[in-house]
Order: sequence, then C-alpha cells, then structure tokens
Amino acid sequence: MVSLLIVSHSELLAKGIKELAKEMSGDVVIEAVGGTEDGRLGNDYSKIYEALDKIYTDDGVLILFDLGSSYLTAEMVKEAFEMEGRENVRIADSAMVEGAVISSIEMSLGRSLDEVCEKLLELKINKI
Amino acid sequence: MGLTLKEILYIFDKIENKISLNKQFLTDLDAAIGDGDHGINLSKGFRVAKEKIQNIDFKDWGEILKTVGMAIVSNVGGASGPLYGTAFMKASMLGKGKTEITIIDYRDILQASIEGVKMRGKAEEGDKTMLDALIPAYNEVCQGIDNNLPILETLKNSVIAAEKGMEYTKLIAARKGRASYLGDRSIGHEDPGATSSFMILEVIFNTVKELRE
Repeated sequence: MVSLLIVSHSELLAKGIKELAKEMSGDVVIEAVGGTEDGRLGNDYSKIYEALDKIYTDDGVLILFDLGSSYLTAEMVKEAFEMEGRENVRIADSAMVEGAVISSIEMSLGRSLDEVCEKLLELKINKI
Repeated sequence: MGLTLKEILYIFDKIENKISLNKQFLTDLDAAIGDGDHGINLSKGFRVAKEKIQNIDFKDWGEILKTVGMAIVSNVGGASGPLYGTAFMKASMLGKGKTEITIIDYRDILQASIEGVKMRGKAEEGDKTMLDALIPAYNEVCQGIDNNLPILETLKNSVIAAEKGMEYTKLIAARKGRASYLGDRSIGHEDPGATSSFMILEVIFNTVKELRE
C-alpha cells in the first residue's frame, strides 16, 4: 500500500492534516512533519529524511507539501533516496488539505502510486 | 590564493560571525517582503555548521563544504536552507582529495553553487534572489583569472559586483518565493538572499586579505 508524507512549515498544520486524512483512510500509513528542531516554522532535512525512511516501502510514498521551502527540502530528501536506490517517492503539486484526504482514500483502496498521482492532477495549483 | 583547510575553517568562523552580527538586519529585510526569518534562520544554520566543523579532522575541503551544507539544510528552516545547502553540497563535490582552494577552485565553487541554486530554486538572474549577487561575482572572478589580475584585486572586484547586484534587487520585482506573491510591491526593497550572499563573499575577500597581507 502506498504511504503518505505531509511536509509543512508548521508541525501543527502537518498534524492537523494527518488527523483529517486519517478519518477516512483506514490503515494507510501517514506521517506528518513540520517545523524545525528548535520549534521555529520551517523545514528540517533530517526530520523529513527520518520520516520518509520510517514509512518507505517499494509500493511508494507520496509527499504533499505546503509552500516553497517544504518543497525544496523534500526534493533534496527525495534525491538522497534515489541515490540510495529507493526511487518510489513522488512529490505532488496539489492543494494540501484536499490532496491529503483524496490521496489517502485512494491509497486505502489499494491504488498504485501512479494512480494516486493521476487522481491528484485535478487538484494541481501550479506550486512546483 | 592557496587556502589551507585550517584557513577555510577560519573563513567559516568569520562568516558565522558576520551573519550572526547581521541577524536582525537580514530578518528586517525579509520582514519587508517575505516571512521575516532570513537572519534568524541563516544565523542558526551557520552556528550549527561552525559547531559541527570544529571537532572534525578533515582530509579535504570537499568534506568541510559537505558538512556545512548538511548542517545548513537541516537547521536553517526557510528556503535559504535547501538553497545554500545545495550550493555548498554541489561545490563540495569539487573538493574531493583537495587540501587547498586556489583561485581556479574558487571560480569553480562559485559556478557549482550558482548551478545548484538555479537547479533547486528554478531561478535565473533578475528574479530578485541570491543569484543576483552570486552571478556578477562569479563573472568578475572569471575576468580576473582571464586577465591575470592579482588575486586580492579579483576578489575585491567580485565583491563590488555582488554589491551592485544586491543593490539592483531593490529596483526589480521578486519572481520567486513568498516575495513573489507581493508582485510589484516587492520593488524598493533589497533581496535578503542577495544581501546574505554579498555578505558571505565580502567576508571571504576580507579574510583572504587579512591572511595574505
């Protein structure tokens, strides 16, 4: 089953979206990362790497993000995973709240990473 | 130029000091057109970088730049984290097995950094970003090498070019990052990223000058 990683500047926002997505997605694995180690708004490469490492499987992981640096940092982590041969990671250009709810439902239905990404195209908001 | 590993560590010490002293200034610049955290973020990143490189016995400058890049990308928080982080990490690949930075290495470090920032930020010169300071500086280093200018003169020219580039960012609208949401309202403010890049280049020049004069 595909897993979901939510990356936000804010830990509160990331966790809130996870809570919302959990409602309808059964046993889909969802991780939420946000903020820096010392509690500032922002992103931490190590935290994102560890979260992805925790939930990565060959079925793949979808990453949803809020703004700019969440994407830039997630992209660096994705590149590091690719260098390790773990290539089934996608970062989607999608409205984050709706994207999390819809993609996690798709995941719970056993859809592949490609199919989940295809579904999210309707929520594209040109943020990449 | 021939900077030794010890001298490179000393330069990072100076960079951390400069960014730390200008923490509030950079944050104020960012508050005008961004999310108001550039100085605080960058100062945190360089402080952790400085702590990390203090206790390692480095074999080449590639390892130093890589350690700095990793510390920055994990501790800055804002977009300057992955941008400066990618710059240092791209540049670090040139330093494998090298124990000195020559002026040719410095040119190549700048080039790799610029490529890294362009790739990561999908930005170009004129977008009101750190590239507006870095690219003119790189061009001057190339000029200096091609015309066999003395190294300190080359570095000085590169800092002057970076400063001009930084000042130019006041006249243009941001096309990247959160400042781009402001559109033309970002005109009139200098870009915090271009400013921190200028500061770093200036510290490098001043420190090389101090070491070689």
